[in-house]
Amino acid sequence: MSQGDEYRDHPVRSYVLTSGRAHPTRNTLRPETLLVAVDGRPAPTTATRQQRDLVRLCRGTLALAEVAAYLALPVSLVAVLVSDLVDSGHLTIRSNHQAHVLPGRDILEKVLDGLRNI
Amino acid sequence: MPGQHLAPSVARSVKVLVVGAFGVGKTTLIGSVSEIEPLRTEEQITTAAVGVDPGLPEKQTTTVALDFGRLTISQEIALYMFGTPGQRRFWDLWAGLADGAVGALVMVDTRSIEASFEVLDQLELRTKMPFAVVINQFPDSPQYPVERIRAALDLLPTTPIVRCDARNRTSSAQALIQLVEHALTFPAFQKAPA
Repeated sequence: MSQGDEYRDHPVRSYVLTSGRAHPTRNTLRPETLLVAVDGRPAPTTATRQQRDLVRLCRGTLALAEVAAYLALPVSLVAVLVSDLVDSGHLTIRSNHQAHVLPGRDILEKVLDGLRNI
Repeated sequence: MPGQHLAPSVARSVKVLVVGAFGVGKTTLIGSVSEIEPLRTEEQITTAAVGVDPGLPEKQTTTVALDFGRLTISQEIALYMFGTPGQRRFWDLWAGLADGAVGALVMVDTRSIEASFEVLDQLELRTKMPFAVVINQFPDSPQYPVERIRAALDLLPTTPIVRCDARNRTSSAQALIQLVEHALTFPAFQKAPA
């Protein structure tokens, strides 16, 4: 892969989509955090197009990074949008582990079992 | 796109990083293991401009692409593999990604081994993360003995060094197995589940 593919400048005006905020209301969101929409709740009527798309994408479980990739928005920006939708009860954090906590030994053993089955 | 959802039973995600210099095969390895086409997302990072007047803390915002893949590993667990450039100037990005990661695969191309020095330095200086070195075999790669590579990269005797064909699923999975086995020897992973 060429260097140009991985590293480039571009002008996303993120603050417009997040009403000027750079940080989410919760700090437990990571790129691999699993999200799912709350059953049957459409996005709020005041939602932006990005928020509506986000809720629609999360009809099934996806990680934050996947949502960001499908929306073509930076992960940090999507974290702000996701945080708001969790606060308003439209999205749930499916993988509810605490930030800064590593997976336990039991989880790693299961990961190993899975990899050995490839 | 909606067909790419995880099974409803999956309620846990585990993350590994795949780091290395540009063009070393990070996305190839991720793609060979991933159950979805590798996805790309972008992250904005602020890098302090180097060489400018220190009185003027000029910062630059740049966008770095992250390629990642996913593998449902059991009914409850999904493994995410994030490829990221490991150089110092990307550290802000990397630091956020490193949080909670099981460890890193450091991909090395033996045709330009010195390209890995900065990545390894960053890992060792800034994290306590377990890592395994993956020698991605290109057809014209010189075949150095593992111990010569260990010496050249100044690695601990315990750091796994895995030869791998990143295009091959089993071979790439083997590299991940070595990393997770290595991680299990670290005190941070000895704790009982929370």
